[in-house]
Amino acid sequence: MGSIKDKVAIVGMGCTKFGELWDKSIEDLVVDACYEAFEDAGIEPKDIQAAWYGSRESGLTGAHLSRALKTEYIPVTRVENFCCGGQDTLRNACYGVASGVYDIVLACGIEKTKDHNGGFGFFIQEPLDRSITEWDIPPASQFGQYGTRYFYHYRDYYKWSFEDYKRMLALIDVKNHDNGFLTTRAHLHRKITVEDVLKSPLIVWPYTLYDCCGMSDGCAAAIVTTPEIAKTMRKDYILVKAQALAAGAAQATLQAEFNFLYFPENAAAAKAAYEEAEITNPREEISIAELHDCFSTTELISYEDLQFSPRGKAPEDVLAGRFTLQGEQPVNTDGGLKCFGHPLSASGLRMTYEIYKQLQGKVDNPARQVKSPKLGLISNIGGNVGIHIAAVTIFGLPE
Amino acid sequence: MVGITSYGAYVPLFRLDKKVIGGRGEKAIANFDEDNVTMAAAAVNDCLNGIDRKTVDGLYLATTTSPYKEHLGATTTAMATDLKQNAYTAEFANSLRASTAAFKAAIDGVKAGSVKNMVVAAADCRPATPGSALERNFGDGAAAILIGDENVAVTLEGSYSVYNEIYDVWRNENDTFVRFWEDRFAIEQGYLPSMYEAVSGLMKKFDYKPADFAKVVFYSPDARRGAQVAKSLGFEAAQVQDPLINVMGNTGTASALMLLVAALEEAKAGDLILLANYGNGADAFALKVTEQIEEVKNGNRLGMKGHLASKKITTDYLKYLRWRRIVPIDRIAGPNVSYSAVAAKRDYVKDISIHGSRCTTCGYVQYPPQRVCTKCHAKDQMEPYSFLGKKGKIVTYNMDYITPSIEGPVVTTEVDFEGGGRMQTYMTEADLDKITIDLAVEMTFRRYPLWETITLREGVYTYLWKSTPLRTDIMK
Repeated sequence: MGSIKDKVAIVGMGCTKFGELWDKSIEDLVVDACYEAFEDAGIEPKDIQAAWYGSRESGLTGAHLSRALKTEYIPVTRVENFCCGGQDTLRNACYGVASGVYDIVLACGIEKTKDHNGGFGFFIQEPLDRSITEWDIPPASQFGQYGTRYFYHYRDYYKWSFEDYKRMLALIDVKNHDNGFLTTRAHLHRKITVEDVLKSPLIVWPYTLYDCCGMSDGCAAAIVTTPEIAKTMRKDYILVKAQALAAGAAQATLQAEFNFLYFPENAAAAKAAYEEAEITNPREEISIAELHDCFSTTELISYEDLQFSPRGKAPEDVLAGRFTLQGEQPVNTDGGLKCFGHPLSASGLRMTYEIYKQLQGKVDNPARQVKSPKLGLISNIGGNVGIHIAAVTIFGLPE
Repeated sequence: MVGITSYGAYVPLFRLDKKVIGGRGEKAIANFDEDNVTMAAAAVNDCLNGIDRKTVDGLYLATTTSPYKEHLGATTTAMATDLKQNAYTAEFANSLRASTAAFKAAIDGVKAGSVKNMVVAAADCRPATPGSALERNFGDGAAAILIGDENVAVTLEGSYSVYNEIYDVWRNENDTFVRFWEDRFAIEQGYLPSMYEAVSGLMKKFDYKPADFAKVVFYSPDARRGAQVAKSLGFEAAQVQDPLINVMGNTGTASALMLLVAALEEAKAGDLILLANYGNGADAFALKVTEQIEEVKNGNRLGMKGHLASKKITTDYLKYLRWRRIVPIDRIAGPNVSYSAVAAKRDYVKDISIHGSRCTTCGYVQYPPQRVCTKCHAKDQMEPYSFLGKKGKIVTYNMDYITPSIEGPVVTTEVDFEGGGRMQTYMTEADLDKITIDLAVEMTFRRYPLWETITLREGVYTYLWKSTPLRTDIMK
């Protein structure tokens, strides 16, 4: 099996403001994000040889991208993989370049979740899955079942009360709100306190309002090329070090030994990515990360799945402030899904945008610029219990 | 001087031969994709043809057949007629007298100086029980009157109103069809005395004699009661405007203004016209025609004459019942997707206002509006471009016999427009024997019933513009 490591480079990125963008169409967001990426890369739209378009419910074909940008009959593929849609869009674009077929390609992920009453479908939306009957449990419960079980683990082994657990989770929410407050294009700009989290209305046990990410509209785009071409375009291009995707096969709901204390898809994607990037100690080697904080416990468990924290020890790291902007391993420096927002198929590329800018030292607000990061990681996990899809990508600066 | 500065009308293309429902003559029937709003928009566009829409300060819509209890059809009408964003919009409802109430309010508004030009639209598509006398009586249609204070063609000399609390004709919020009490009570206690009091009150107040009027335009609930009340007031039969009951039917709220338009199409400078309308009371108006009427008559509009002269007669009663959704329609299988009020709102500019964009770099006209030019690829160099009133030619078309529709086949067209621009559209009222490439078409504002089950899950009716053969070609 081959490896993507150092075979492709990102030379330009764009990202719209996220939020309730009632008056922005798919066309508007695609044009805004892609033209920012074109300008950042110093290329013309006509230089793009192929494109991938990530959308869960904001356009069913690649033509939504070509129509907006007026590309001239280049190939455009629509990618859908739930919350990993954005990352998988980038992954496909990278493989297009790594295959040697294309020199320079575009990856664009978008979602207009606020065009839908209630954000996105309660059940997997037709016509994506019309041929099976799956009485899906609601989206928040897909993650809440893990968050619930994790609490019992701490109750039984560490004698934590539920309030102890909530106060620890609240630190993750407070951190993401602190970071989002410093991020111009984030959806939510508001500092909160632990008390705010505890007092906010119950959404899905154990989550109160501030444990849950925002539903937003948004779009992000990346220009991908070979390292050889990238060198001729800019000094601070970003190299892809690893790209992994793992799909669950219902192990969690079929196998009695599964304990609901981790996301096996997440752990598998992380393991594959670290092998590809030749990383042996992620806790020390990964400088910064964008993790999937759709709910506070998803970020918590991801610390362990991504091996930032030893198994069962993520709460200790949270209490110690390890993942804050000033900590040893800052996570979600732009506010994460929680505050930047979560337009599903845009999120992976939005995270890439943040890591790209952090590695370049060009974050819009110096107050959240991490000092000299070497390796950055993004992680998404989406879908349903047992059949989650997890993706991990690792980026680094050229030597 | 304040009064009428332009007028327009709309009568649906299709007429039901009233033989099939036991009547005489014809009645105008709204097509399956028409309603009060689409007809009002057609009448307003007929009225405002050649008039700068920016000069119109507002629109009043009078109707008893709004598809909504809460949501303004006047705003849909204003968008479909390209009125400016700060146009004042309001709806007058709940009585056939709503049209003259709106007419009077518009004149009062212009007189008071709060607006300069107001357009008054009246449209109705009243539901009648199948097989009833009302079904033989009712017809569908719309009229529009522009009120202003410059180039006035018809001035308001005076008005007089009475009200009458009575249940003669009514429809409550749960009624599917219009109800009525027995005819003799309704006429003897309702229509006749109210019309008599309003008209005689007007004539007494302003000292008019019957012979002063060139024409009396009375809303008439049937073919003869209008003439009856005119005779009782001392008018000659020759003075009375034909209520067109057996030509288009009683068009409800629209009737009085449609008949007024018909009268004005024949009027000459100096004529005095008496207009009276009924519905829980009566409104009477003395109107005087000025020299300006010739300018208006020479305007480019179909009006009542053009719309009445262009028609297709049907004897298919079942089709009529399907069009009105009176008989159940087979469940129409469509894509199982959702309606988005958010996306719909963003797209009203293209879907309702029929705006495209024109590239200021290369001049290319495109529909719908684009960010990046399809020709020269310039980004964000577009200016709005209205296709309102533009005619085009069919580039290619298709007839789909499989897609279920209330009215099949579903015809789709690609249309190239005079002045540039191409549009993918549905086609309505296509003559299947005559449809061909290069056929001249115009655009007509219609409901989108094809997969309306999708939007009706949210209780929303949607509208779009369809291509249709030139109405003037049908007259030939």
